[in-house]
Amino acid sequence: MTRTAETTKTPDRESITMSDEIRPFRIDVPQADIDDLKRRLTGVRLVQELPPDETSRAAVGIPVPPGWEYGVPLSWVRPLVERWRDDFDWREQEARLNRFPQFTTDIDGQTIHFVHVRSPEPDATPLMLTHGWPNTFTEYLDLVGPLTDPRSYGGDPADAFHVVIPSYPGFAFSGPTTQAGWTPERMARAFAELMRRLGSDRYGVHGNDGGAIVSPYVGRVDPDRVIGVHVNQIFSFPTGAPGELDALTEDELTGIRFGQKFLEHAIHDHAQKGQPQTLGHALADSPYGQLAWIGQLLAGSVEPDEILTIASIYWFTNTAASSARFYYEDAHQPDTASAPTSVPLGLASFGFDFRAPRRLAERDHANIVQWNEYDHGGHWAAHEAPETLTADIRGFFRTLR
Amino acid sequence: MTKNDTDIRPYRVSVPDADLADLRDRLDRVRWTDPAPDAGYGVELDDLRRLVERWRSGFDWRAQEARINQHPQFTTTIDGQNIHFLHVRSPESDATPLILTHGWPGSVVEFLDLIGPLTDPAAYGGDPADAFHLVIPSLPGFGFSGPTTRAGWGSARTAAAWAELMARLGYERYGAHGNDAGSMISPQLAAYAGERVLGVHVTQVFSFPSGDPAEFAGMSEQDMAQMQQLQWFMASKFSFNQLHSQQPQTLAHALADSPAGLLGWNLQLMDDDAMGGRRLDDDFVLTNTAIYWLTNTGGSSIRFYREDANADAAPAEPSTFPLGLAGFAGDFSGVRQFAERDHRNIVQWNLYDARGGHYAAHLEPELMTADIRSFFRALR
Repeated sequence: MTRTAETTKTPDRESITMSDEIRPFRIDVPQADIDDLKRRLTGVRLVQELPPDETSRAAVGIPVPPGWEYGVPLSWVRPLVERWRDDFDWREQEARLNRFPQFTTDIDGQTIHFVHVRSPEPDATPLMLTHGWPNTFTEYLDLVGPLTDPRSYGGDPADAFHVVIPSYPGFAFSGPTTQAGWTPERMARAFAELMRRLGSDRYGVHGNDGGAIVSPYVGRVDPDRVIGVHVNQIFSFPTGAPGELDALTEDELTGIRFGQKFLEHAIHDHAQKGQPQTLGHALADSPYGQLAWIGQLLAGSVEPDEILTIASIYWFTNTAASSARFYYEDAHQPDTASAPTSVPLGLASFGFDFRAPRRLAERDHANIVQWNEYDHGGHWAAHEAPETLTADIRGFFRTLR
Repeated sequence: MTKNDTDIRPYRVSVPDADLADLRDRLDRVRWTDPAPDAGYGVELDDLRRLVERWRSGFDWRAQEARINQHPQFTTTIDGQNIHFLHVRSPESDATPLILTHGWPGSVVEFLDLIGPLTDPAAYGGDPADAFHLVIPSLPGFGFSGPTTRAGWGSARTAAAWAELMARLGYERYGAHGNDAGSMISPQLAAYAGERVLGVHVTQVFSFPSGDPAEFAGMSEQDMAQMQQLQWFMASKFSFNQLHSQQPQTLAHALADSPAGLLGWNLQLMDDDAMGGRRLDDDFVLTNTAIYWLTNTGGSSIRFYREDANADAAPAEPSTFPLGLAGFAGDFSGVRQFAERDHRNIVQWNLYDARGGHYAAHLEPELMTADIRSFFRALR
């Protein structure tokens, strides 16, 4: 539609409106898809696996719960498959999600789905929240109330935000990407355009996991309007340069080793940046397989029904492969970010998560204004420590408004 | 009735009709992923769709089953694990026993085309003095050996089981040939069984750079070309290895529930670019994958990598058994400079221009037969 309008020499008013159009969106999964999911879960063929007293013989190199030495065990997946099949009520979750105003718009040839909740406080600051893999926009829904309406949650109305939570291209209701090259930088440009369309002249960005990769790029591509970038991880790694690690503390070296060990064992990272399509075929055809695949990173941190909601969103939108491409595109992104970022950057690092040494972070980011380390929470802080994360986001942006 | 633990039981492949009906039902209602932007992202949707369509309508499992059942098969329990194997004796009484070991995502089917010429050369225009008695086992956790139920079934433990298998069959001296995982297990069998193994013939020698840059000094053009093949493989194919080696179980669930997904996963090492641009015939690809599906061993087979990653490092001393390579275009065959570091007694290093790819026993059975014969002729 918008493409044909662009071919006319003088775009008329309607075509401009159409190309920037923001359409209200409600989740409404067809009943046939729900029935098909139930049928697949009913007819599931389970894997044959080693008994736990056998798997425990294997050395792993990173701490894993007993029985998880070879990956996600049946003892975790099977009860969840049964719950998904027998007790889980997608329509109830759908209604919960639809209580948040959602929209779609087309940017750079791609549908972008997003939650947009305006604060009752008229002078609230716009804030974009960018989620991780294998999560979805739902990662932040528990934060929406406190962030948009602090007054109702015992906070200071001066800390209010208008919240925007986009689904990445290739994720959830943004649907699969159809073009190559949706790198974090390109996503950041699309998100900056989204904020422009929403009329945000000054806005903040927060990100976790994949979002902690994308968010600094939003600051790079839109430095005049981004007032600050708040992340749960700073992905600054050693380059191998001589002397780079000399002045590091034992704790910092431990952090680097933890990160390296994690990456060695991070099969989702290798498989999804290597040959994501090879993996995608199986995940598109088996909800049980999809659930197990994302379980590797969600188990133990996220409540069962929340995991099933996330798995349902990946399943119903058939975005296992396209979301996996996030890693491929990131790995194939030309290294254009040679200069450090300059937008104010704040870290809220939680327990049991990757933590880069500050010295390496400062190599990549010239304007780190906050460095908060917490010993609780975890990789999914919005799920595991929502109050701390909310307070940290408020504290960071209070000084930048 | 007491059951002897070393019993060898006759076996025939006979998949229940209900399993074939269930497979058919799953193939009828595959939910496809969207196409990736280009071939760089992995196994392409169009290739998979074509093969699944062929699997649904055209592929005849019962015909393939009958083809396997033309050969005498047995099972026996070794080290607590069921082992399935083909055992085809030569009509020549003084034939040499030879154990053929397949890899992932292959099966005993890799070697079916070699059985006639190797066991009965006289009937195939060859010299009866080149005859072999063949033993072709399914790896523990693979195919008709069924899933493993204990940890540790990597190359070393499998090699020890093969030594026991050959002993149970009454073979005191024998040769070993392997492809893929079989090219790792066969040298370990020789290291374990010592003088009992006449020689080891493989399609790949897995000797890699140690990290010392000096190792590359004076490398031959042939070796440089192999390094390039290896680098291409690492860049274009290798992510499965890390997955299999670390957390195979995380993917195993999907492979147990989706035959199309299993085919998509296994196809990455059976598609055209893994074969030097040559296409494996559909029946070969589908028979191999169907064996994994019908035995529900997609998940247990990939544990093999996890077990090897968990095992002690390779021996520090170079091997001394006679080693022969038959490498084919399209495959990584080996870097001789590194191979000589790890093996003292390389008696043959044949690299063929023929595009046998990773499945040369199937794609170039005549060349493979001739190479195996000539290698062992000198060692009998």
